Amino acid sequence: MAELVSHPDEIKVVTRRFGMGATNIDRYLELDGYKAVQKALAMPPDDVINLVKNSGLRGRGGAGFNTGMKWSFVPKQSPKPKYVLCNGDESEPGTCKDRLIFEHDPHSVIEGVMIAAIAVQSHAGYIYIRGEYRYLSVIMQKALQDAYARGFLGKNIFGSGYDLDIYWHGGAGAYEVGEESALMESLEGKRGIPRIRPPFPAVVGLWGGPTVINNAETLASVPHIILGGAEWYASLGTPKNGGTRLFCLSGHLNRPGVYELPMGYNLKKMIYEVGGGIPNGRSLKAVVPGGSSTPALKPEEIDVAMDFDALMKAGSMLGSGGVVVLDDTTCMVKFALRTIKFYQHESCGWCIPCREGTDWLKKTLTRFHQGAGLMKDIDNIQYLSENMLGRTFCPLGDAAAMPTIAFVKKWRKEFEDHLEGRPCPFEKEGAIEQLPVLSH
Amino acid sequence: MPDVNITVDGKKVTAPAGTLLIEACKSVGIEVPSFCYYPNLSLQGACRMCLVKIEKMPKLQTACTTVIGEGMIVTTDSDEIRQARKGMVELLLGNHPLDCPVCDAGGECELQDMTFSYGAAESKYIEPKNHRDEQQWSPVVYFDRPRCILCYRCVRVCGEAMDVWALGVQNRGVSSIIAPNKEDHLECEECGMCIDICPVGALTSGAYRYKTRPWEMKHVGTTCTHCADGCKTTLGVRRADAGMEIVRGDNRDKSGINNDFLCIKGRYAFDFAENPERIMTPLIRRDGRLTPATWEEAFALIGRTFREIVDTHGGSAIGVVGSNRITNEEAYLLQKFARVVLDTNNIDHHRTADFPAFAAALSGKPGLTASMRDVYNAAAMLLIGNDPTNRHPLLAYQIRNNVRLHRAKLHIVNSQEIKLRRQATSFAAIPAGGENVLAAFLAGDDAQAESLASGGMNRDAWLSWRDKLHAEPNLVVIFGSEVHGQGISALVKFAAALQGAKLICLGDYANSRGAADMGLYPDLLPGYLPIGDPGKFHEEWSAMPTAQGLDLRGMVQSAQARNLRALYVVGANPIGRFEIDPYVFSDSFVVVQEMFLTETAAIADVVLPAANAYEKAGTFTNTCGDLQQVKKAGDKTETKSDFEMIVRIADAMGFDIRHLVPFGRGVRADMGQSRGAQSGEADRHAVWLQANNLEPKLSPFDPMAILDEIQRLVPGYDVSRINLLAGNDEHTRLSACGPGAMHDPELIVPADDTLFTSGTLGRYSKTLNSVIENRQVPESEVAAD
Repeated sequence: MAELVSHPDEIKVVTRRFGMGATNIDRYLELDGYKAVQKALAMPPDDVINLVKNSGLRGRGGAGFNTGMKWSFVPKQSPKPKYVLCNGDESEPGTCKDRLIFEHDPHSVIEGVMIAAIAVQSHAGYIYIRGEYRYLSVIMQKALQDAYARGFLGKNIFGSGYDLDIYWHGGAGAYEVGEESALMESLEGKRGIPRIRPPFPAVVGLWGGPTVINNAETLASVPHIILGGAEWYASLGTPKNGGTRLFCLSGHLNRPGVYELPMGYNLKKMIYEVGGGIPNGRSLKAVVPGGSSTPALKPEEIDVAMDFDALMKAGSMLGSGGVVVLDDTTCMVKFALRTIKFYQHESCGWCIPCREGTDWLKKTLTRFHQGAGLMKDIDNIQYLSENMLGRTFCPLGDAAAMPTIAFVKKWRKEFEDHLEGRPCPFEKEGAIEQLPVLSH
Repeated sequence: MPDVNITVDGKKVTAPAGTLLIEACKSVGIEVPSFCYYPNLSLQGACRMCLVKIEKMPKLQTACTTVIGEGMIVTTDSDEIRQARKGMVELLLGNHPLDCPVCDAGGECELQDMTFSYGAAESKYIEPKNHRDEQQWSPVVYFDRPRCILCYRCVRVCGEAMDVWALGVQNRGVSSIIAPNKEDHLECEECGMCIDICPVGALTSGAYRYKTRPWEMKHVGTTCTHCADGCKTTLGVRRADAGMEIVRGDNRDKSGINNDFLCIKGRYAFDFAENPERIMTPLIRRDGRLTPATWEEAFALIGRTFREIVDTHGGSAIGVVGSNRITNEEAYLLQKFARVVLDTNNIDHHRTADFPAFAAALSGKPGLTASMRDVYNAAAMLLIGNDPTNRHPLLAYQIRNNVRLHRAKLHIVNSQEIKLRRQATSFAAIPAGGENVLAAFLAGDDAQAESLASGGMNRDAWLSWRDKLHAEPNLVVIFGSEVHGQGISALVKFAAALQGAKLICLGDYANSRGAADMGLYPDLLPGYLPIGDPGKFHEEWSAMPTAQGLDLRGMVQSAQARNLRALYVVGANPIGRFEIDPYVFSDSFVVVQEMFLTETAAIADVVLPAANAYEKAGTFTNTCGDLQQVKKAGDKTETKSDFEMIVRIADAMGFDIRHLVPFGRGVRADMGQSRGAQSGEADRHAVWLQANNLEPKLSPFDPMAILDEIQRLVPGYDVSRINLLAGNDEHTRLSACGPGAMHDPELIVPADDTLFTSGTLGRYSKTLNSVIENRQVPESEVAAD
């Protein structure tokens, strides 16, 4: 189990049961477990949806869409079964929050799925867990078994007459499947490739049925909202950005870890107070505010509230809450290369710009970092990324293009320092293989 | 569907609701480029070439996945859009090998065209390209991954349109690769649809690759010579030592009844023409051995001998066997030759379906036959017997895609679990041979329900199944040769009682229907008129025998009794097909017009090397009755068309051939015989003659003269000549024909070809014999027509 961290500024909502043995169903019940779902069962479904809508809860996967609003799009009457999916394909580099939820509080995810199912009157839910999180599947399976054994799942749950089944499903190791429609394809046993939208999942989703799909953290927040009320939850964050959120602080920090902070928490404070600042007296060079797909911020840009709208204004995104801090010893070219390597590896290959674009970016950046870069490569990297931006089939292409454009624009000098056969200024002598300089 | 109004580049466009934006643009002549979009296949949105600007949308949108909405304002050309498209082409060319100078697709490549349109001439990358070696997936399918742009057209056409699902995608990202179903090779229907649909040169044809450049070929649109469906095929023809060589078959222009569909036979199996075993000189038996001879020697010998037999023993001492693969004009000419020149009604052919019974049942009931196009548009279909996937690939394609795209209903009755069952709304199993019983039941004989009851269907189930059929509007009833005689009458009675129902009778070879329609029967004249009918044929032809002649079985018996002095076989192999003891004909003078030394040609006294359907002009009638043009791809030196040979024999017999071919009458169109027409030009000579009020004269070997006579005399064939000669299909009317006849069902022997066999032609096709799937063909298979 990962070591837990804490800070006085934290407001523990989703994390309140962390480290308290809540994987045990009895312990979970002692800690107010499965009370929210019973409350939801007693409410008219529309009231559940309105409550979540009013709480200001926005999708924690990255896009930040109002959760209650999403649920309200599911048609009341449907000839096909409706489904609720929990997206636990957490794969964005820098993000490691869902992992902790599955590890410490799996029943809260199950309960969240149950409430979502009751709200949209669905009778089947799936908890999709990232392929690499195999060890968490074991915890989730046990939690589901226990819930079934108590009669919380299956026929006539809690004696309410409502039938609900929830299944877990493991991925095969693909970042792309974190995209909601690709996840459905994967769940149906097909290649993890996104679907053409519209139609949106709320109308035509899994197996063609209306489907609600939410991030694990989003769903784990729902039971607390049902019990605590919409107003209470909304008041925790900033306007239109209700509640708290799990921020995954990593990189060059004294106290990295996952912290639950209110929405709108100041980024600078997060780095220097919550995260304990940069170690070894070094200074800050860049911050990736919301997972590797969000454009990095320069030190002068970090005095910003961490909510969806404020970061958008700052030219970046809140994304999935993965805050990656880089100090002045970091080579931004290498960081750009590392980022694009990930996207090149994870591109599903469906559309031209993402498939070919990420590959050429990787090839060019590899050569560039090895010291064989040309001046025109710098413009070319930006040109390539701009040709991808907004033109790919799904957001993965944007996720690769956006940070790359920011790297080139904001740290152009570091790129220029790699030119003319000069070795990477941040690498020790001889640490990287030198390539002959190409002229073209 | 209500119409939706949109604005594209300032133009007002109105299209039915549900139309895709890319199609709406196309309807007003605005082309939006795309690689992955292909009409009637599932949408991909993968190539991103069709990005357009739609007002109120922040990003560019793909026109291929956007359904038009009222008031939409669309821009298809702007700097932003051109840059987006250029960017895509640049990315594609990045890993593309740029081997256009040696690529089969060079000159007909969509990537070349896009590059031409959007620039992207500058190479921005200096790293090595990703490479993978070329793979051979089957004798006919090669895959070159570096050229592939991953548009997934091949995957979709194979799965969705062909229902074969042999292609898929492996790996992800930049290492994604199209992969065959059996690890390193394909096991499929080898139709080659994937090759023709490939926008670039990634999938190439084993038959065509590296043979020519597209602009060096002449393209001749004609009708396929294999099965009875009558696909239009465009042959790519090059000059060669022996006159010409066909190097390619496709139907990329989607003209004709088959859209872009062709099966392995239509696409590759023209190669029998190049088989080294092909007979390229007349052969005369001397001292027991077939030895090369001149045409003059051969015609003189045949003429002399036939004349002698007719004069001494009468026409009844000669038997004539026609073919399912000769043109309508040749079949017509052959039976006219038999009746008028040889003075005999001893004429027959290998019958593969009971067309005379069909004609009899339809006589005087107009509008009850369906065309191949009707199958694609029918609201419901009933298929009795046959396995169209193997024996009628186009029909199967039409049925399948009608179900897929129009949600038509398909009801199948069969003794086998045929592949089309996958598309069926209902499938009823019956015991083999029970098809006629079923027909009687359909026509209202409830007593038959008991004998049909078996397996899952009891009497009540059959009755309710039939009620369901009665409620189907515009039902097309398709039946195989399992239904014959009274069974056909019953089916026609059933269909005639339904609103809008039509029928199709399935025969087996390219012109089986034509052979029947043209009267290759001992008792029926062209148009199924009884031989004794004192109609226009007697008037036109004057002297001809009126007694019924011998059928094939009768000819064998007559030969056994040493009464049949001569046998004249045109494009058929009765000895092989019916396993006749060759000794039977040891006293008969046997003349065979053939391409190969078949079992029948081997016993001949004279063998004449024949041209095949790709080397001559005329018309074919497919099994539905759709009349189509056969155009000549070119001449093969040292062969002659059956038409010419028949006329030459008549001439050698001293017959005045003006009574056989009315070429003196003249017609005002060119059938592709003149050199000008062969290279796609109008017949200038004819145009000049007409302009000067002179009548163009046809040569006596021009089938046009006979087509003229057919259209004049054969009921149901008076279709639009102009439309026919323009390369279109014209549905003939069987109902206008004569009263037909009821024949012994034992005379009907289906060809039983599979996708990979095709009678004699298949036996000599290198491609058909090379594909792995052909190994499943039983050894008992023999060459026939």
